[in-house]
Amino acid sequence: MRRVVVTGLGTINPLGNNVDTSWESLIDSKSGITKITKFDVNNYPCKIAGSIEDTNINGDIVSPREQRKIDRFITLGLIAADEAIKDSGFISENESSFRSGVMVGSGIGGLDTIYKNSSILDNQGIRKISPFFIPSSLINLLSGHISIKYNLKGPNSSPVTACATGTHAIGDSFTIIKNNKADLMVCGGAEAAICPLGISGFSAARALCDTFNDQPHKGSRPWDKDRSGFVMGEGAGVLVLEELEHANKRNAKIYGEVKGYGMSGDAFHITKPSEDGNGGFRAMEMALKESKLNFDDINYVNAHGTSTPVGDKIELNAVEKLLGSNKNLLMSSNKSAIGHLLGAAGAVEAVFSLKSLETKTIPPTLNLDTPDTVTTINLIPHESISKNIQNVISNSFGFGGTNASIIFGH
Amino acid sequence: MSDIEERVKKIVVEHLGVEEAKIQSDSKFIDDLGADSLDTVELVMAFEEEFGCEIPDDAAEKIVTLKDAVTYLTANSN
Repeated sequence: MRRVVVTGLGTINPLGNNVDTSWESLIDSKSGITKITKFDVNNYPCKIAGSIEDTNINGDIVSPREQRKIDRFITLGLIAADEAIKDSGFISENESSFRSGVMVGSGIGGLDTIYKNSSILDNQGIRKISPFFIPSSLINLLSGHISIKYNLKGPNSSPVTACATGTHAIGDSFTIIKNNKADLMVCGGAEAAICPLGISGFSAARALCDTFNDQPHKGSRPWDKDRSGFVMGEGAGVLVLEELEHANKRNAKIYGEVKGYGMSGDAFHITKPSEDGNGGFRAMEMALKESKLNFDDINYVNAHGTSTPVGDKIELNAVEKLLGSNKNLLMSSNKSAIGHLLGAAGAVEAVFSLKSLETKTIPPTLNLDTPDTVTTINLIPHESISKNIQNVISNSFGFGGTNASIIFGH
Repeated sequence: MSDIEERVKKIVVEHLGVEEAKIQSDSKFIDDLGADSLDTVELVMAFEEEFGCEIPDDAAEKIVTLKDAVTYLTANSN
């Protein structure tokens, strides 16, 4: 059976523009949530987000001229992909290029580009629409750009499963390599929806935190009694997945192995998770079954943990049901520090899950002052802890009742 | 250099990211200056904006060098 390992990591997120910087900030309990300053949020119920400063976007990787022709989500995805591919040391050439693919998705894609061009069409007419409008906003164009830039001619696709996108991209890429349709996949997710339409849309759906506008870093607080919704973040996470022998042959550094992947649908509601948590439970159960691990082999749950009143509790119940007999189980939410990166969330959290395996350090759940539920699971409030973990499961759940879980291990 | 030529050159430099010294009067946008077909559409839009005129598609197709643009805009801009 073909085994799949991780040989490259890349990210840009509210805590930094590469893996090491953002990881150090994460385990140091820093928050990347600030007041939104890019546009006027005076009339918005939510005025905070996990934004990336423009000065943090490396123009040597994506030139300002190139950035003008692509939506911000593509720029962020290209930056994370560049780090991951360079980290892996893989150079795609000749025959190997046909066996190397790309699957980097996005939840929403070029929302701000669509918004701006819609205004141009209304106010200035059709002749002012840029020829780059469509290719700059289509979601799969990120996978397209990565394939062109790095000569990757294998499978090329992009999942779009809202907040589960990143995890589906990695899991689907794992399946592609396992089924011998590629030897290497560049996979993950990117998102840049901190724009007027993005914030107002999620606000209208009553999904965003609106109670900590004066203390942004306290806004994202999974499982805490004062949580009031998620805080949006932006960024990208990209992994290089590779068949084990392929990686060994070129002496690649191996961060960990993808051991199992599960998916499910709630068939319940367009925005709410099913109340019994059965969807999330079945996704985790499917991943665990494929991994052939026992429930107590899982040491750490990198939670979806968005800081919404309903979702956090449902996920915790599902985890307790499947893994709760393990009294040493750890669980934390990276979103407490970086916010919810929507389609990039699962990918950035996969990067951090692999760093947890590598460095034996588990990042904290910030702002968890008073849990509103009793559990034996250690939710790692406030400060990171050191623990030699062997296997981690990472969850992502999305609007439409779509669920994905993935297990990484040594 | 005429005023029109200078303005056209400035737009080409901005949009194609090429050094001004490399642009000759007969440089082709696509073959010599690295533009792709979508870049040329955007260039024509920028010329329209700068010179306050509308360049019909059949005329736009014939603008392939700096000189072509200057000639057209000298005859047609306001």
